[in-house]
Amino acid sequence: MELYQQTIEELHKALTEKKIKPKDILDSVYQRVDAVDHKVKAYLLVTKELAYTMAATAEDRLMKNENVTELTGIPIGLKDNMCLEGVPTTCAAKMLAGYRPPYTATVLKKLTAAGAVFTGKLNMDEYAFGSSTENSSFFPTHNPWDLERVPGGSSGGSAAAVSADMCIASLGSDTGGSIKQPASLCSVTGFKPTYGRVSRYGLIAFASSLDQIGPMTKTVRDNAIMLKHIAGADENDSTSAAINIPNYLKDIKTDVKGLRIGLPEEYFIDGIQKEVKEAMQAAIEVYKKLGAQIVKVNLLHTDYAVDVYYVVAPAEASSNLARFDGVQYGLRDTAAQNMIDMYKRSRQQGFGKETKRRIMLGTYVLSSGYYEAYYKKAQKVRALIKQDFDEAFKKVDILLTPTSPTTSFKIGEKSGDPLTMYLSDIFTIAPNLAGLPGMSIPCGFDEKNLPIGMQLLAKPFGEQDIFNAANAFQYATDWHTRRPKI
Amino acid sequence: MSLKEKYEIVIGLEVHAELNTKTKIFCGCKNEFGAEANTYVCPNCLGLPGSLPVFNKQVLHHAVKAGLALNCTIAHKSKFDRKNYYYPDLPKAYQISQFDMPIAVKGYLDIVNKQGEKKRLGITRLHMEEDAGKLIHLTKTGQIADAEESLVDYNRGGVPLAEIVSEPDMRSSEDAYLYLSAVKAILKYTNVSDCNMEEGSLRCDANISIRPFGQEKLGVKVEVKNMNSFNNVRKAIDYEVERQMQMAEAGEAIIQETRLWDAGKAKTFSMRGKEGAHDYRYFPEPDLPILETSAEYINTIKAELPELPLQKAERFISQYGLPAYDAGVLTSEIPLADYFEKVAKLSAEPKLSSNWIMGDLLAKMNEAGEADIEKVKVTPEKLAKMLGLIKNATISGKIAKTVFEDMYATGNDPEQIVKEKGLVQITDTKAIEEVIDKVIAANPAIVAEIKGGKVQAMGFMTGQIMKESKGKANPQLVNELLKKKLGV
Repeated sequence: MELYQQTIEELHKALTEKKIKPKDILDSVYQRVDAVDHKVKAYLLVTKELAYTMAATAEDRLMKNENVTELTGIPIGLKDNMCLEGVPTTCAAKMLAGYRPPYTATVLKKLTAAGAVFTGKLNMDEYAFGSSTENSSFFPTHNPWDLERVPGGSSGGSAAAVSADMCIASLGSDTGGSIKQPASLCSVTGFKPTYGRVSRYGLIAFASSLDQIGPMTKTVRDNAIMLKHIAGADENDSTSAAINIPNYLKDIKTDVKGLRIGLPEEYFIDGIQKEVKEAMQAAIEVYKKLGAQIVKVNLLHTDYAVDVYYVVAPAEASSNLARFDGVQYGLRDTAAQNMIDMYKRSRQQGFGKETKRRIMLGTYVLSSGYYEAYYKKAQKVRALIKQDFDEAFKKVDILLTPTSPTTSFKIGEKSGDPLTMYLSDIFTIAPNLAGLPGMSIPCGFDEKNLPIGMQLLAKPFGEQDIFNAANAFQYATDWHTRRPKI
Repeated sequence: MSLKEKYEIVIGLEVHAELNTKTKIFCGCKNEFGAEANTYVCPNCLGLPGSLPVFNKQVLHHAVKAGLALNCTIAHKSKFDRKNYYYPDLPKAYQISQFDMPIAVKGYLDIVNKQGEKKRLGITRLHMEEDAGKLIHLTKTGQIADAEESLVDYNRGGVPLAEIVSEPDMRSSEDAYLYLSAVKAILKYTNVSDCNMEEGSLRCDANISIRPFGQEKLGVKVEVKNMNSFNNVRKAIDYEVERQMQMAEAGEAIIQETRLWDAGKAKTFSMRGKEGAHDYRYFPEPDLPILETSAEYINTIKAELPELPLQKAERFISQYGLPAYDAGVLTSEIPLADYFEKVAKLSAEPKLSSNWIMGDLLAKMNEAGEADIEKVKVTPEKLAKMLGLIKNATISGKIAKTVFEDMYATGNDPEQIVKEKGLVQITDTKAIEEVIDKVIAANPAIVAEIKGGKVQAMGFMTGQIMKESKGKANPQLVNELLKKKLGV
């Protein structure tokens, strides 16, 4: 087996046994990138020079056996919305083409401290607005399982890169499903932690009350390693939580005897692709066999989730993106005649279609006269949605749902119809509004051999419960070990 | 009936005070005035992508302290909101402010006018927010519109501000002036702001309207901005009130608008077009949690409050028997009040102390452009000593002026000055009589007039005698002896 095909755990073992060096892994990964990325187009920027420097540092640590962590020497790809000092960070936005931040995001500092190696910046929907990575200002990313199809989004580059073995693990960010949905469409293990679990400092904001960074990996166990290293309270992020971080991997279980798994009725509806339904049924059977107790639950306000999300998220986004005005950095139209003209022209040229749509939507719902009817009401319904989950978690430990109603769709198929596109995230939006941790893990394939994922949810800061349930599933099945042939 | 009798003036003020914290409100950058442009900046206060605000707890401390000093109720739960608008001095294109849950509400302060009359003015709210950067327009004509380039200095961006909004309780520009002086005094007493208008650490906007006396409904209000001194606030209000009254008399409708005060032209001008109906799209700041302020914390800060200006003034009135006006002036700043108290105690002559401080000392400082009483060479001890010399008749009040001048310039001891300049008062009756005799001999005509009943001419004689003695003769003795000699 090639090094690029291996997991963090396997590579860590080989590294500490001095069978390989970090450089060997990096060589292997970049060889793979060179071989397949011209087809997948997951990378916006390959940071070879930086990566080899980091690999050298890692090697030094391994040689001296100092500060060696499970991530020392492991090549990791980064969604391009996390600031890395001096390295172009664009959010896949024309507006920020060539922008080099003067500081580094907390998660990337943590990974650096752990000895990880950054392979490059991965493609995404512009500012994370989208579910297909087609909204990237630069180029779309292709699904490694079928190059004519989308990898999902917005963390499409991060999912495709792991799926096609172009990095050992990656970081994505999730606002309405941007880690979980592409993980599902590309057959990788993607985790959106509890809101507040991982620092957002240095993550270019989409919707501040929803955004969360999370790991995308080949296995649940790798995911547990990654989360342990990036989680934790951060003095630079006032919304990060000072809640004890378990040693996820050490505490991880493989059995689910007595575990109460809830199936929310509202998530098993018409309109879900047949094979997705069947895969859910099969997964439920796996859990039954493993000794879990299956319970039907209700989440009564589910129907409102997408509507609430498309009020709250664009509202925050419209404000967060106001800073891209051509004054300090980013694109500026120098032909502008005056200040107002400069704002207008710079923003008109710098923003893509979906971005403009969301800015307009958000501006509208915050406008005086509409604020009460939309934004305030949406926040009230959001509280009810959260209450539904609180009630459900009194009865069950885990909720199991499909991650996305369908498998991957063709590039261009939904890009003209934003409403249909928004429904790709119908199952991931509600738990995100409630701030819950949620993971998507591979659980089957459809007739076209396209991956299917299931979503596992737990109560706030119940990440360990998810790791346990997901790990048990991966012990019992091999869906997650399958790789696309490209 | 004059216009002032016909129309009632209604004024409310919004004061922005920069809080004198060590660092900015949402980052660790220094909060200091006067540094080289864009040196006190970081990703946070530059609003760079991915940056997040972290609230500086010292700002809360200062805001709560100011709120308590302004008799406000402190909110146990308060929050920050985003005020969205585009301007190059605002790098995030939103200002983090407080909208519907400010830290302090429903306060008041009392003002005292020259006649010693007290008036209570309501304070609607005090909230915390971040300041914007500073724009510098490179223009040949002085007009912003002609600027070829504009530069931004973000050093001030993120400096903490307390915005204090009054009720529309003021009825004259004098009220407004006294209100501002009182706010400034309170903020300085509590040491939460330097209140330096020149450095922009205290700014004020006025909402002004008029209505016929007896009418309950408020008139259309006009907001006046850009007044950079207390005197300009007074002038701008007077101008604006007059403008509105003239319009009302002419039957013209006053429109709700923002006007800028132009100190050079001494007029207000409409900010036409720029303002319009601004929609700030306020919404709760999702990057900051709800701010909880415990009763215990509030009580700790309450215990830190010093004696406030008005309390001090009232004490000065009762303890030292000062007139209300003197007490008001002397308590405008703590160092001045402390200075007075020292002199009053050392000399045991409070009224005399007050007269010398308010008259000679403040005039001298004003003349010298010295604002800091602690830098003045005339220490309270020296001034008290000089007052002692007046009291024990070593020098006359007049001579004391000379001594004071010298003391202010050199910082020398008053006794030493008196000795060196030979200014000791002549109390020797014989010596004075000699001078009197000399003056009587030199002015026979006047003496005759006095003896003839024209007693007013005594003043002239006294003056001549004092002059002859080079001001050193004891005035009381001169009077007594002269009367005796002339038999009046």
